[in-house]
Amino acid sequence: MSLFLAILLRFVGLVALLLVNGVVLIYMLRKVLARLHLRIGPNRTGPWGLLQTTADVAKLLTKEDLRATPTDRLLFNTAPYLVFVPAFMAYIPIALSPVLVAAHLDTGPLFVFAVLSMVPLGVVMAGWASNSKWSLIGGMRAAGLQIAYEVPLLLSALGPVMIAGSLDPLRIVAAQSGTWLGFIPRWFVLPQIVAFFIYAIASQAETQQTPFDMSEAESELICGFSNEYGGMRFGFLYLAEFSNMFIASAVGTLLFFGGWQLPWVATPLWLAPIVFIVKVYIGIYFMMWARGSLPRFRMDQLLGFAWKVLIPVSLVWVVLSGVVIRLVSR
Amino acid sequence: MTGVQSILPEGTQPTPMLPKGLKRVPSGVDQLATEHLILNVGPQHPSTHGVLHMLVELDGEEVIAAEADIGFLHRGIEKLAESRRYHQMGTILDRADYVSGFHTETAFALATEKLAEIEVPRKASWIRSLVMELNRCASHYVWLGPVGMDAGAMAPFLYLMREREMILDVLEAISGSRMMFNYVRPGGVVRDLPAGIDAPLRAWLAIADKYLGETEDLLGGNEIFRARMKGVGVIAPETALAFGMSGACLRSSGIDFDLRKARPYCAYGEIDFDVPLGTVGDAFDRYKVRVEEIHQSVRIVRQLLDGMPEGEHTSKVAKALRPPAGEVYAAVESPRGELGIHLISDGGPTPYRLRLRSPAYYNLGVADELLAGGLIADMIVSLGSLDIVLGEIDR
Repeated sequence: MSLFLAILLRFVGLVALLLVNGVVLIYMLRKVLARLHLRIGPNRTGPWGLLQTTADVAKLLTKEDLRATPTDRLLFNTAPYLVFVPAFMAYIPIALSPVLVAAHLDTGPLFVFAVLSMVPLGVVMAGWASNSKWSLIGGMRAAGLQIAYEVPLLLSALGPVMIAGSLDPLRIVAAQSGTWLGFIPRWFVLPQIVAFFIYAIASQAETQQTPFDMSEAESELICGFSNEYGGMRFGFLYLAEFSNMFIASAVGTLLFFGGWQLPWVATPLWLAPIVFIVKVYIGIYFMMWARGSLPRFRMDQLLGFAWKVLIPVSLVWVVLSGVVIRLVSR
Repeated sequence: MTGVQSILPEGTQPTPMLPKGLKRVPSGVDQLATEHLILNVGPQHPSTHGVLHMLVELDGEEVIAAEADIGFLHRGIEKLAESRRYHQMGTILDRADYVSGFHTETAFALATEKLAEIEVPRKASWIRSLVMELNRCASHYVWLGPVGMDAGAMAPFLYLMREREMILDVLEAISGSRMMFNYVRPGGVVRDLPAGIDAPLRAWLAIADKYLGETEDLLGGNEIFRARMKGVGVIAPETALAFGMSGACLRSSGIDFDLRKARPYCAYGEIDFDVPLGTVGDAFDRYKVRVEEIHQSVRIVRQLLDGMPEGEHTSKVAKALRPPAGEVYAAVESPRGELGIHLISDGGPTPYRLRLRSPAYYNLGVADELLAGGLIADMIVSLGSLDIVLGEIDR
């Protein structure tokens, strides 16, 4: 019975984390973009517009569940969950602190990338089932994009994993404690700077944000694969996007920025989750910054960049860091 | 009045220049046995800049053929003009090219003055030039921003809105309206420049070049934007001439034709400015030419403001103006190109016929040739780079 209760509590905790993240991130995106755009952003609903996203969620929940007749009913209804569930599952091995983790998986980052690689399936499904040409093109783009950028994403994660000698998030973070030369934090971003940049680019593509928002590409495809969705189905697609942002930043924090650890000083256990969340949100801020200021790539340029630049560079980098790590550890 | 004469030598037939694979039905399948897709872009699409309908045949992402379908904003402005008196015309002409109303108004005023042989005071000419240049900047701002959005960059659009707002405030102070000015009339302008207009104008002049430079850094200085614009939508000089293109679209192909220099009107003969030219004729050249045109307009406005003559703002013109029977054509360099008014009078109080030569209409004509062969994203950028205003195209 207690096992069941523990599982239930963890589940509820994850759902709460995901939903709160979604609400906070949407508000944050609006405010950050508004600031970048010389606008004000939401400021009518509640103090500083804080309740705006809550109101939006309420609106999405109470909207009529519309489905156009020529859509494929089964696929159309399933697709949002196929996008949302992997995004939710990716939260499972994310360790907010040494103890605060839903399930301690030895292969944490690998599990995250594995479940997230199922997202394109749902996106293609949504695009196909919508029976709309715009959605179809958007879905196909998303699939091509995510397949191309998954490879450099995985390869860029290899570097930190090789240094730590483990795929276990706890051990990866533990390997980043302490300092070099007494004052440089032992965060993997320094020795793995190339891998970090590849990870940053590839994760921006995985979360489908400008300059890689091909599947939505508002000025071209209007709303891409989610064109025909409304109400909470759209809400799920939207929420998955924001939760992917969190996941991308969280994995980046674990791999490159020392996870929940403060630099130079030992981190008390109660402070660890706060440090982690702050780091993740700083990462998200930079993602939003890029989103607010950069133009969008063209599809062929994007794929060319992934296959011709990112993948060769990350392959060479993996070999290089492998050799160096071997030499150093001797 | 004479009928339309063919410009072709006698005995020759005009050859229709239709792009390959005529459309409306898919032109077929390729060797891979993939079916082509017919996509309706617009008239409600964020990037058709108004109510343009594009019929596009796609092979995957590649555009095989594209066809522009216009007419969704047709309001019969030319016909309405036949029942308006000459001093009333501004009201409807503003609504033709709603982004730069002063140019249409001035073109009509110039045509009427030519027909009725009305002398225009020097000051009126200078005020006309001033408001037209301000309007050109406002119009180019509202082109530059959306073309950035077409390429996916949201921020420059909103930055440019800030500068445009300063201009619109000035234009409102001068004419009483932000966009539907109805300010330029045959014989001059409605009223003199208001007292104290100098300060807000100088405030804009002080920041215009600097702020535009920031936007240039964000767009033209961005590697992604350059990759998206360079080599996309190339218009050869011959093509540009064959389609009767004008304005920045023509000049970006390297042809030096600006009505302000070629046939100076208003105050342009006395003003010092350069006409920027492109070399390749691609979308990036059109971007560069238009940005440089804003810089030049800033220069012109500064000169106009410094040398604004004293005197009357209008000459005495009868309310019920009855120009003698005859036919006249007058054109101005609008932000989109040669905006001409062809006016025919039968001696009555209203025009017998008014025809608007819409530059954007001719510039859009090249779309069928221009858009085929690129990707969807190229199509959006090429179309945006033409700077079309559907109000003027459909009239």
